Amino acid sequence: MIDLSTLTIKKAHDDMKSGKYSAVDLANAYLSEISKKNKEINAYLEVFSDIIEQAKEADKRFKDGTSTLLTGIPFAIKDNILIKGRIATSASKILEGYHATYDATVIEKLKKEGVVFMGRTNMDEFAMGGSTENSAFGVTKNPLDISRVAGGSSGGSAAAVAMSGSLGALGSDTGGSIRQPASFCGLVGLKPTYGRVSRYGVMAMGSSLDQIGPFGKTVTDTEIIYNTIKGKDVKDGTTISDNTYTIKKLSKKPVIGVPRHFLGGDGINKDVIDNFNLSLEKFKKIGYEVVDITLPNIAYSLAIYYVIMPAEVSSNLARFDSVRFGLHKDGKDGIDDYFVTRGAGFGKEARRRILLGTYVLSSGYYDAYYNRANAVRRILTQDFVKAFEKVDIILTPTTPAPAFLIGEKTADPVAMYLEDIFTVTANLTGMPAMTIPSGFSEVGGKKLPLGLQMTGRHGEEDLLFRIGKEFLGE
Amino acid sequence: MITVKEIEKLANLARIKLEEGEKDALTKEIDSILTYVDQIKKATVDIDFTPTAGVVHNVFREDFTVITSSSDREGILNEAPDREGDFIAVKKIIAQDFDE
Repeated sequence: MIDLSTLTIKKAHDDMKSGKYSAVDLANAYLSEISKKNKEINAYLEVFSDIIEQAKEADKRFKDGTSTLLTGIPFAIKDNILIKGRIATSASKILEGYHATYDATVIEKLKKEGVVFMGRTNMDEFAMGGSTENSAFGVTKNPLDISRVAGGSSGGSAAAVAMSGSLGALGSDTGGSIRQPASFCGLVGLKPTYGRVSRYGVMAMGSSLDQIGPFGKTVTDTEIIYNTIKGKDVKDGTTISDNTYTIKKLSKKPVIGVPRHFLGGDGINKDVIDNFNLSLEKFKKIGYEVVDITLPNIAYSLAIYYVIMPAEVSSNLARFDSVRFGLHKDGKDGIDDYFVTRGAGFGKEARRRILLGTYVLSSGYYDAYYNRANAVRRILTQDFVKAFEKVDIILTPTTPAPAFLIGEKTADPVAMYLEDIFTVTANLTGMPAMTIPSGFSEVGGKKLPLGLQMTGRHGEEDLLFRIGKEFLGE
Repeated sequence: MITVKEIEKLANLARIKLEEGEKDALTKEIDSILTYVDQIKKATVDIDFTPTAGVVHNVFREDFTVITSSSDREGILNEAPDREGDFIAVKKIIAQDFDE
């Protein structure tokens, strides 16, 4: 019997290498958890039928000596990342039954390591949402309290790891879609620097914001996955190299900056603030200097985001034309096919954001919204760059409150959008940000996880890993 | 205040057929979002904002023909909702009286 609750990538690797159990045994252990839990949790939209064959291939590599740290490690993949020959839908009806015709670069990299793909995970349709309630295939429940959401949009990937249905997972993060569900499910989640991970083969949502990133139970696991998937890619012109950003050499212990002025809002839960203050005390105890910083334009973050993101969404989702792939509904003529298919295929949130994006990009409003938002985005980024002259990481809670109840926020889009208040800044500035578990909020006898978000300078993921490991005692 | 008529115009531009019953709710929701994002107008923009490429710049490659395998081509064609031989079929878009 393998104890999955305490298993890490390194331990699973050592165990398989020493022959304590095989990759097939490990895959079976996870499959047994999935068969017990997935019906209720709905983390996976599909559990692949060839898992054991994949694990047998991994076992061969342990025998012939070509195994790597990730060989045989079970992975859950968000449904917007393409694996050749397998269905990929972004949890949308408009792609129901679509088979990917090529591998995403991140998938190619994981295949090279010989990981075992367990299945594709549930998400908000086209990654639009913070709860997976916008999935066309039902909500994902939080494994720690099934009356609550797992977060989103990568809620299925987070729940898959949290319910011991996988050891590692990939998600995508446009405004917090890895960090918020990781925080809700008590995991580590990383949104890398813009351009650090190739997006070739991931369905685009907001192209100036999107990044693919890992989920792990520990910082070390997250780091291992990140180091495997990162890197320049000729197939993604936005990818950067190791030398794009100069890494600051630190002569002393990193200094932590806290934008205290931004943490006093009404919508911020008391347990979150108490836990955040406790975390700061813990940092001080282990020798960190904590200073207050001011980010004058941070209050505009969410407003900037809700102009730029829908604008990019409306452009990216224009590709679903019912001609080349995906759903086709017959209208009365060629152009009517578009109207009928897109009306039937896109869910409510997708339609809302496409219309909003069309509005902010339309003539007469373009300057007031889209151009204006880009200008304020530039100023916000400058605020962060300036703050990083004095501090080495910026710390905030990951979310304003722990996981909310299913259905609690579906009626009010703005209330749902406020979920992203702390996370969107990293997407707007392109800086890396990671959430680590920092404690719990006890609600109705359940322990709901809380998370701490660390933002770093462009290209400084390694510093986030170092500080995260020190905080968690890894 | 955005109107139902404007929502209809946007849906037309975005090629999305809306149900009669959802237009009112959609108008209210989009209006509440626009009210929220309006605060960006209050920000002090004291920089010359000319869009620049930044550190992420365009990457060029040679323009050459890539020969794909026939199985890749089959895979792509098979995803089309309507296929005729090696073509993706679409509805006729030229008027019937074209020849006259």
